Amino acid sequence: MSSNTTNERTTGESTSETEGLSDDTIIETDISVGPDSSRTTGRPNTIVSADSLDVYYGDDRALSDVTIEIPEHRVTAMIGPSGCGKSTFLRSINRMNDRIPSAHVDGALSFRGKNVYDEDVDPVALRRKIGQVFQSPNPFPKSIYDNVAYGLRVQGKADDVDLDDAVERALRGAALWDEVKDQLDESGLDLSGGQQQRLCIARAIATDPEVILMDEPTSALDPVAASKIEDLIDELVEKYTVIIVTHNMQQAARISDKTAVFLTGGELVEFDDTARIFENPDDDRVEDYITGKFG
Amino acid sequence: MSTEPQSGPGISGDDSLEAAHERNRRIRRLLFGCAAVTVVTTVAIFLVLFDNAASYFFGARISEMLFAGEAVERTVSFVEFFTGTRWAPAHATPAHGVLPIVWGTLAITIGAGLVSIPIGTATALYLSEYASTGTRNKLKPILEVLAGIPTIVYGYFAISFVTPILVDGIATDILNPIGSGLDSISHLAPVLLEPVSAWMLGASVGRYSMLAGIVVVGTMTIPMVSSISEDAMQAVPDDLRNGAYALGATKYQVSTRIVLPAAVSGIFASYILALSRAIGETMAVTLAAGFNPTLTVNPFDEIMTMTAYLVSMARGTSAVGTVEYQSLFAVGLLLFLLTLTMNLLNDRLKQRFQEEYR
Repeated sequence: MSSNTTNERTTGESTSETEGLSDDTIIETDISVGPDSSRTTGRPNTIVSADSLDVYYGDDRALSDVTIEIPEHRVTAMIGPSGCGKSTFLRSINRMNDRIPSAHVDGALSFRGKNVYDEDVDPVALRRKIGQVFQSPNPFPKSIYDNVAYGLRVQGKADDVDLDDAVERALRGAALWDEVKDQLDESGLDLSGGQQQRLCIARAIATDPEVILMDEPTSALDPVAASKIEDLIDELVEKYTVIIVTHNMQQAARISDKTAVFLTGGELVEFDDTARIFENPDDDRVEDYITGKFG
Repeated sequence: MSTEPQSGPGISGDDSLEAAHERNRRIRRLLFGCAAVTVVTTVAIFLVLFDNAASYFFGARISEMLFAGEAVERTVSFVEFFTGTRWAPAHATPAHGVLPIVWGTLAITIGAGLVSIPIGTATALYLSEYASTGTRNKLKPILEVLAGIPTIVYGYFAISFVTPILVDGIATDILNPIGSGLDSISHLAPVLLEPVSAWMLGASVGRYSMLAGIVVVGTMTIPMVSSISEDAMQAVPDDLRNGAYALGATKYQVSTRIVLPAAVSGIFASYILALSRAIGETMAVTLAAGFNPTLTVNPFDEIMTMTAYLVSMARGTSAVGTVEYQSLFAVGLLLFLLTLTMNLLNDRLKQRFQEEYR
């Protein structure tokens, strides 16, 4: 690993924000108080960081000694060949890896300075702060409205907010409102693939998480639909932190501020500003991978 | 001729291909024949039932009336059959009201459903959503063994265990003491308490009871509900669960708000199958619930189901051609129509609740 970002953590923010992760306060809504930093000026805070993180599936090591600090309100792209562990890293952040019985984690993975694998962290509370969009669109077999409202309902927030208003805001945030406002009662499965994926994004942002994880969100979509999602990511990052896994290097170059390159063996080879990764990487293997000589 | 170019070289048929086609046709006829056997059998059973049932109401079979010129005479009226409340075709003073044995079948079916549907669904939900893979792989075969036990064994289980220990225990150890307790305070609200305490004090069990039938048939249909429901839940794509978990849903919320609704068509199908099984169940229910056609809601009373009546008649004590012999076919036809209705209901439900996920 060459040049990590060297931002200081804002410890004051960290402690107050991470209290919401403990079991007793899972219905917390004070998310909007996070520091607001412009994408181009100032030093962003670190929101997700890993320190010597290893992840195993049984005896197979999927991630090896990963250390990284991911900045807030930025798009961070994870690229690398298949099987390099980038998706595993993503699933470790919101502990979706817990669903795989053989998964096992060593080292620290922190959200706002709090190790999410600490005993007192409730993965359900964690996932209410960190949303996820999956590779293939997976709307629930429910109406468009109920899809977007689902998160608010399961998180017990549906009674505290104007649900109609929250659904509209989320759909607008996902650039889907104008297309579906007259068919909110129809099944989410009746939408096109690209619309379904934007519905899944609306579903994720309806509960106002702090981080949105995206696991190859455009790989199942046609180029036009994919480009709409890319535009959307550009807007989302004003309110959220986006961490995106992608196989598409042009996409990473287009949309991300930071790029992490994983190579086979689950090793994080280089993490830097996207421009630097694509123009002048330190590591020869990264250059080979990006120019297509490897992977 | 010889200079003319051959058209479409090699794509005309020849003898060896023709032989292959002939084999194909023979296989096709054989497979069709096998499929036809079941269809013909079903139609034949229905016709025989219908034909013989007619003699119960009209004194002669339809075939006899049509081809042998038998006179139509009304023996049993439809009004008596469908509205009468006493069923005793073989009695010295016969009565032909089918309601008591229809009620017996319905009581067992509803009661068994109240046992098997909640327990079976909960079992399926546990196996599909909560149990680890190892636990599921151990438990599922055990449940399927339960489904494979012959029903006569369940019948002996009813006689030797359910009735003496469970049902009699409820009556004498629970209801009778409560009844005597209520009796001592019944002067406080005589209108309300006296009938209740009298019923509880009088609760006793003979060899057969509705409750024993319900317990046994309910138990034997649990695996049907749990196994088919679990298959339906397992078929719900994991993508949907992941989507819900990623939104911070708990396991219970994922189970009840994502998996259950998505699997609802398969789950309902399992209910209908279990109820059909309860309607048609014969051996266990005969040994548990008994032979006394009674219109009663008291679970400790002996009742008779339609199937139990068929068993008692089929023992062969009634002569061919007598009214009680013919009643066998009338009841059989009714039972057939009942299960047919359940099957049609199942098909309708399947269409109504198509699996919505892709």
